[in-house]
Amino acid sequence: MLLDTSGTYREELNKAQQIIRYTLARLDATDSFAVARIDTASFSEKDIVAKVTFDDRPSMMNRQKRQFAEKISAFVDGARSSPYTDITGGLLQAVEFLNEKGTGRKTILIFSDLKEDLKDGYIRDIEFDLDGFNVIALNVTKLRSDNVDPREYLSRLADWQTKIEKFGGQWRVINDLEGLEGLL
Amino acid sequence: MDFLLNITPWPVLSALLWIVLAVTALYFARSSAHKAIRAATDTLYQSLRFASKAVLRSATRLSKRNREVLLAAGREAKERIVEREFDRISESVRKDLASFSSLHRALSESINRIEEDHQQAVDVPPDPPGWVKAVEAVAKLDSRDGRVRVGNILSDIHKSLIKAHQDAVTMYREASAKRHTLLHKMRPEWRKIQQTLGQVGKNVDTLLSRSVTIDRHMQEYEDIVTGQDRAASVLSSSSLVYFFVSMLVLLVAIGGATINFSLIARPMAEMVGGTSLIGGFRTAHIAALVIIMVEISMGLFLMESLRITRLFPVIGALPDKMRVRMIWITFTILFLLASVEAGLAYMREVLLQDELATSALLRGDDSGTLTGQYLWITTAAQMGMGFILPFALTFVAIPLETFVHSLRTVVGLLTIGSLRFVSLALRLLAGAFRYLGLLAEQIYDLPLFIPLWLEERNSGNANKSADSAFAR
Repeated sequence: MLLDTSGTYREELNKAQQIIRYTLARLDATDSFAVARIDTASFSEKDIVAKVTFDDRPSMMNRQKRQFAEKISAFVDGARSSPYTDITGGLLQAVEFLNEKGTGRKTILIFSDLKEDLKDGYIRDIEFDLDGFNVIALNVTKLRSDNVDPREYLSRLADWQTKIEKFGGQWRVINDLEGLEGLL
Repeated sequence: MDFLLNITPWPVLSALLWIVLAVTALYFARSSAHKAIRAATDTLYQSLRFASKAVLRSATRLSKRNREVLLAAGREAKERIVEREFDRISESVRKDLASFSSLHRALSESINRIEEDHQQAVDVPPDPPGWVKAVEAVAKLDSRDGRVRVGNILSDIHKSLIKAHQDAVTMYREASAKRHTLLHKMRPEWRKIQQTLGQVGKNVDTLLSRSVTIDRHMQEYEDIVTGQDRAASVLSSSSLVYFFVSMLVLLVAIGGATINFSLIARPMAEMVGGTSLIGGFRTAHIAALVIIMVEISMGLFLMESLRITRLFPVIGALPDKMRVRMIWITFTILFLLASVEAGLAYMREVLLQDELATSALLRGDDSGTLTGQYLWITTAAQMGMGFILPFALTFVAIPLETFVHSLRTVVGLLTIGSLRFVSLALRLLAGAFRYLGLLAEQIYDLPLFIPLWLEERNSGNANKSADSAFAR
């Protein structure tokens, strides 16, 4: 799960925390889960807030879930807004993590308004393989400029859909978080 | 099809021509066709009848074999019952006759004491008093000489009489008191005799009733040995009853095993892992099932060692010392497994609480760890069930034995019924084919009604002229 911490979207992190807790409750033994932040340069292991592969034993798994929730809680409490938004970098990091784990099902949740804003010099116009990946955008909030011209919002969503599907992934947008129940 | 109707310029005529040709051909082929139909249907009829008879013979053989097995099993069961009854009688006789000598002695002593007391209680007539002789002497005195002295003598006699009367009354009272005392002392002895005789009576009644029971069992045993139909019928219906009753009890046992499984499956995941699979099944579930099966097996061996069941004659035939050793070993293993289960049941509760606490934390509840003052009840109940259920499951060996023994009879009866049904079906099919053949012949003759009518008419005329020629 990629958390957007840029600008005013940082205020949505409490909602993200609820989603993370819900996800933790639904995951089972041997599942893997990682939460990374989207900031100025997201293609970095340092941006991984917490990661876990749940143990086979129920007691260990419960303990891991509690520890994970505590880490996320600490992160949310202390997170600072970043000036830029590198969503593609975060996506690349997520793909690398899931490929390394070798999981059967691969899902990337992007908790962001999908407004990418790269710092000068950062190259993100690269191809990557999303075959077998489900990429789900959550809580894609509308910016002020989207309200002025809704085409910006729609084209932003369409661009991401095109990009993801071009690289072989499945794209989906869920703004009503109750739709997450059927997903997990 | 068009070319068939174009052999003459008129299609109707062409059709009629074809019909006539077809009818003629069919008429000439009638005899061969009938023979072919009859041959085909007769073959089927004979084959099916043969198959039906073969199936019926199999059913009869199976029925005979079933009867033999049933009578053999009934004989064995009856022998065990008679043996047990004889054991009971011999135990009863030994117990009662062992004390017969002391009983006899006790009765004799009581009777002796009663006799003695009775002797002592006999009323001894008192000696006639001395004054009677004095009256005799006075009566003999001469009337003239004795008048003066008689008055004194009579006065003395009167005094003596009064004294003697008082003495006699005193003696009489003393004797009566003594008799009453003796009779009173005899009462406990009578009661004792009555009780002893009552006990003897009861023992004899028990023996008599046991002997009546043995008579009945022996009569049934004789019926079984001689292979009476009634005995076979009774054994068969008993077998069916035992089958259903044992099946019901086994279902209850399966329910108990399922509860036992649910108690230990979750904590087993803590030991062997929650997601590893063996052959598509979770390892934790298989491990839990194995524990339950081992407990049932230990229970089975325990029952066999105690000679309550006889599924494995090898165990029953072991020397007594070995058998006792086996009893202790199986009981110990069962006890240890039951203790392990109780521990696992406790662990299940701990895991459940841990999971609830984690879920509460993830939901954002402030309650934290759940604490309840009555939590110990569910924990204790689960531990109790985890400990007791293995011992309860040991008794599943008894209905299992009955189920296994009666299953053969039930399966045999069902097979016999199925074979008889198949035989009947084949026989019906045979008859159906036979009548189908007749029907086929008639259907064949249906379009040939004109030539057949002509044939019948010709043969009728020929018969009439033959009859009239014969008459002349």
